[in-house]
Amino acid sequence: MGFRSTLEQVLAEGRFVVTAEIGPPKGADAEKIRQKATLLRGFAHAFNVTDNQTAVVRLSSLAASVILLQMKLEPVMQMTCRDRNRIALQSDVLGAAALGVRNMLCLTGDHQSFGNHPSARGVFDVDSIQLLHMIGDMRDRGVFQSGDKLRATRPEVFLGAAANPYADPLELQLMRLQKKIAAGAQFIQTQSVYNVEKFLCWMDAVRSLGLDKEVHILAGVTPLKSVKMAERMKFHVPGADVPDAVYQRMKSALNPKEEGYAIALETLRSLKKVSGVKGVHLTALFWEEIIPSLVKDVGLHPSL
Amino acid sequence: MIITKQKDVETLVKNLSGRTVFLVGCSECATLCHTGGEGEVVSLKTVLESHDIVVSGWVVLDPACHLMNDKRMLKTYDQQVRSAEVILVLACGNGVQTVAELFPTKEVRAGTDTMFLGEISRTTEFDKRCIICGECLLDSFGGLCPLSRCPKLMLNGPCGGSVGGKCEVDSTMECVWDTIYQKAKQQGNLDQLAVLQPPKDWSKSLEMKRRL
Repeated sequence: MGFRSTLEQVLAEGRFVVTAEIGPPKGADAEKIRQKATLLRGFAHAFNVTDNQTAVVRLSSLAASVILLQMKLEPVMQMTCRDRNRIALQSDVLGAAALGVRNMLCLTGDHQSFGNHPSARGVFDVDSIQLLHMIGDMRDRGVFQSGDKLRATRPEVFLGAAANPYADPLELQLMRLQKKIAAGAQFIQTQSVYNVEKFLCWMDAVRSLGLDKEVHILAGVTPLKSVKMAERMKFHVPGADVPDAVYQRMKSALNPKEEGYAIALETLRSLKKVSGVKGVHLTALFWEEIIPSLVKDVGLHPSL
Repeated sequence: MIITKQKDVETLVKNLSGRTVFLVGCSECATLCHTGGEGEVVSLKTVLESHDIVVSGWVVLDPACHLMNDKRMLKTYDQQVRSAEVILVLACGNGVQTVAELFPTKEVRAGTDTMFLGEISRTTEFDKRCIICGECLLDSFGGLCPLSRCPKLMLNGPCGGSVGGKCEVDSTMECVWDTIYQKAKQQGNLDQLAVLQPPKDWSKSLEMKRRL
């Protein structure tokens, strides 16, 4: 069977997947991306490239994805609906696919008021679910959103979406997850897990609906680098859930960096054992150099 | 003025088939748009009844977007509202939501589509004049708004598609930049149009609440 991407293949073969995030720089600096990528080479099956995350202008996810491809690494190009309408999004899907991008992650995107251009006009012409549907139709039916036909080559991409196990109300969030699957999502990357217990409850609900059989779920992990970061995650990042116990551990630690590492390691070990979890998605914000040892320590070295 | 357009009657009839309906109109914008005044409410009632839809009663709120007023006015209609399964509101999107707020257990449906904030140019003709952007730029353009009247929201003069003072999107429509230009020239204010307009601050349009 032909696979669209390595990520799709590894998941299909039932191997535990590791994806890692690479955030493009705030400048026209390809070398920055190459440095991060060199550091992470061999420690993840694919690399998520963020799309102006938290609404801060950065080098485009399409360009950064191509830089990874030039290094023979596999990108997961993230696409948000905040900055482009359906015309631009579909055009970029075609362009990215033509340049060799084989994984795309569809997101609605953080609101522009959180970023470095709060006076920007948000686009939000479509949402993440509609974006999935749109790309799925381009790929499977050869039609654009309007119904107009694609000429020649269709974009052969493996489609992903995000899910937040901590968002309320759970019932409605599960309906959203089902919609994403129906719209074409083949893999899901979750919000970073700090509250393992609540994540297990969510997975339980996901399994009860049989959704773990319909989509590959990759659990998100973001190591806490400092008490300040724990504070930001706990009190300011919308949708994140840092339990008091984790926060206290960080606060009372002699070496918060080591403690954050230990917490991430424990979390990864628990997540590995969860039925229905097919892999992990590592986002080490400004701490990419930690990923190789984390992956080794938890016994997930992809090349092993 | 909030300009509305009544939804297609066939669709309304189809969606209400076999149900009991209470009709709500609005004394302000929807009355002046001829979409939800007394005349329109009564004529829709006749149409619905001719399709065997029971209309338990009707009222024209004064205006529908006034929560406290609605509460007071609707008291008299309590029985009629209670016996209805659906409340159909012929007012703008705001009016529909205000009525829905008053009846959280009822199905409240919109009978109109809300189009824009505009001017009544003639009794049956309406023109878009404002997109409620949160920071009025009219003073820079001689009182003519390019945000609401130009499909591309051009702030630094017309696009290349404007021909003979008409818009490329709809040739029956004036290019607002042609109007802005003619007026500025006549008033000797052309210098004003040479000012480079920076990107607009759209965060001003995000206010979700204002209290006096």
